[in-house]
Amino acid sequence: MNTRETAIDALLLQREIEAFYYHEAELLDDRRFEEWLDLLTPDVTYFMPLRRNVKYGAQQRAENSAEGLDAAWFDEGKHTLTQRVAQIKTGIHWAEEPLSRVRHLVTNVQIAGNATGAGGVRELEVKSRFMVYRNRVDDETDIFVGERTDRLRKSDNGWKVAGRVILLDQSTLLAKNLTVFF
Amino acid sequence: MTSADVRAGSRWVDNERGVIERDIFVSGEIYARELKQVFGRAWLFVGHQSQIPNPYDFFVSRMGAESVIMTRDRDGKIHVFLNTCRHRGMKVCRYDQGNARVFTCPYHAWSYSVDGNLAGAPGGLAGVPQYKAIYHDELDKSQWGLVPVAKLVNYKGSIWATWDEKAPDFATYLGGMGVYLDAVLDHRDGRPGGSEIIGGIQKWKVPSNWKFGAENFIGDLYHITSHRSVDMVSIGPSGAGRRDAPIVRRQGAKRPPPFASVGFPNEGHGVIGNLPHYEEPDYVPQFTLTPEVEEYYKHIYHARVANLGDSKRTLAAVGTIFPNLSFHGMQPRALFTWHPNGPREMEIWKWYLVDADAPATVKDVLRRYYLRYAGPAGLTEQDDMENWNYATSASAGMEAGRYPYNYQMGLGYEQAAPDLQDAVYTTAVTEQNQRIFYQRWAQFMDAEDGAQLHPARNSNLAGILARRRP
Repeated sequence: MNTRETAIDALLLQREIEAFYYHEAELLDDRRFEEWLDLLTPDVTYFMPLRRNVKYGAQQRAENSAEGLDAAWFDEGKHTLTQRVAQIKTGIHWAEEPLSRVRHLVTNVQIAGNATGAGGVRELEVKSRFMVYRNRVDDETDIFVGERTDRLRKSDNGWKVAGRVILLDQSTLLAKNLTVFF
Repeated sequence: MTSADVRAGSRWVDNERGVIERDIFVSGEIYARELKQVFGRAWLFVGHQSQIPNPYDFFVSRMGAESVIMTRDRDGKIHVFLNTCRHRGMKVCRYDQGNARVFTCPYHAWSYSVDGNLAGAPGGLAGVPQYKAIYHDELDKSQWGLVPVAKLVNYKGSIWATWDEKAPDFATYLGGMGVYLDAVLDHRDGRPGGSEIIGGIQKWKVPSNWKFGAENFIGDLYHITSHRSVDMVSIGPSGAGRRDAPIVRRQGAKRPPPFASVGFPNEGHGVIGNLPHYEEPDYVPQFTLTPEVEEYYKHIYHARVANLGDSKRTLAAVGTIFPNLSFHGMQPRALFTWHPNGPREMEIWKWYLVDADAPATVKDVLRRYYLRYAGPAGLTEQDDMENWNYATSASAGMEAGRYPYNYQMGLGYEQAAPDLQDAVYTTAVTEQNQRIFYQRWAQFMDAEDGAQLHPARNSNLAGILARRRP
């Protein structure tokens, strides 16, 4: 391929991934949670560490709590995520009853890695920024801003999220609870 | 409300009728007095020794509304200081944790020595820029060190402190509640203090008065109905099964005494747990979906039987140590503080606990269960914050304020608890412990002198038993 074709391929892939994220945001904001679960691989890892204030130089080691080891906001797989959806659907999960109004804005999408995983399956590492707005009941409003690093896996019916690390830019959580998906 | 009113804590708490005025959950005046009367005098939980294992490690915590530094000196001794420079008030430490021999204020660089090297006492003022040139060698550095707590104790690894010189020693403050705190802090095999903190403290702000958390955990089993949605989706310890699944024991099995609400009226603490017993109940598997964890607990069970022999033991499900330390004693095992952040806001801090020497796989399974159950993202506890949030806001109105909350459940049915120091108990679902908590709260609010709070023996217990229905 010549340079121009390579560039066009990259653009098409970029567009494809952005469209995937917009679709994902649409499902979440439309409260089509079960369809959203279908965008996650069965072995998905979903991790949101705690963030700490540490001395310059110690960020690498200590700023974020460690996946699979420390306390976190979320460190789970599809089973628990599915239970979260089922809980909302009981209609008596008071933290989301009545439902919050939630909007996901996804931006700064950067494809950072392009690899072939186990069994010849294609995987991408994609970083993005998010702003998630939640408003519930009367005047309760939370704004969550941060970064996601995803492992996207190509499947027969499109891209799926195989891993998601969510960095929320808050140390003390400013919301009373975390009932939204990121 | 006048200032005279605010000094009558007992005016707001009527345990004869079992009613409490809503003002104590929303009033700024009462809140301001609480900071001084309650948080200025009680023993408060600060952290755990496993958070600062090495010399000069520090962890920044809170006592009431204020920031404190918990640190370990060269010799391993633990200190707690108010996190504010004596010169112009700047926080001397804005990290959550780390390692430092000296805390240097960012504003004018006054520096304080953890050990007190070159400064006389631990936390002493060691360095003042241009000391000779502009202070003319006259500033008495020995008088301007970081403010230390009045008393500090390491209780089985948990660190507690108070600002009140007149506070009784911690064991006296705990009273009979000690056996239940032990059940949380000890190793599951019965060895004293064998637990450690999982790295990372969850901290979050909730638009609710701090006492909603404290009273929920001291003995509100009644609210289990609010958590029905989580039980419908089954997040049990092993990944499935009901969170509240009854423990099934075979016919003729050795059983523990049934869960009860156990309260300590003289001190203001309370717990939902088993009354003391002297024989270990038969083992019941709870982690059948995760064989390695099941194996661990079976092993621990036998060790516990051997270690404890026929000595006294209890189990603690949830409890509160007055004023703002609560715990989950079984699963998800944790300590948490309800920090006051204004009358209508609190900041919750949550420390998760595991047996320090448990295998990594066991710690991992437990940690995952804790996180899906508890904290702001926990399927169970999300709903608690919703309740406390809107209970607070709906209590702030003029009209709402005329109607007190009802704490009449089980009033008059308390009995003297066998085998515990100065305790009462009733069946598990009751508001006995909430009444005990608020009676103690009212005493703290009323007492002009901290010493009045700790007579050789107060009459709270006798008062409850005297009101017992025949």
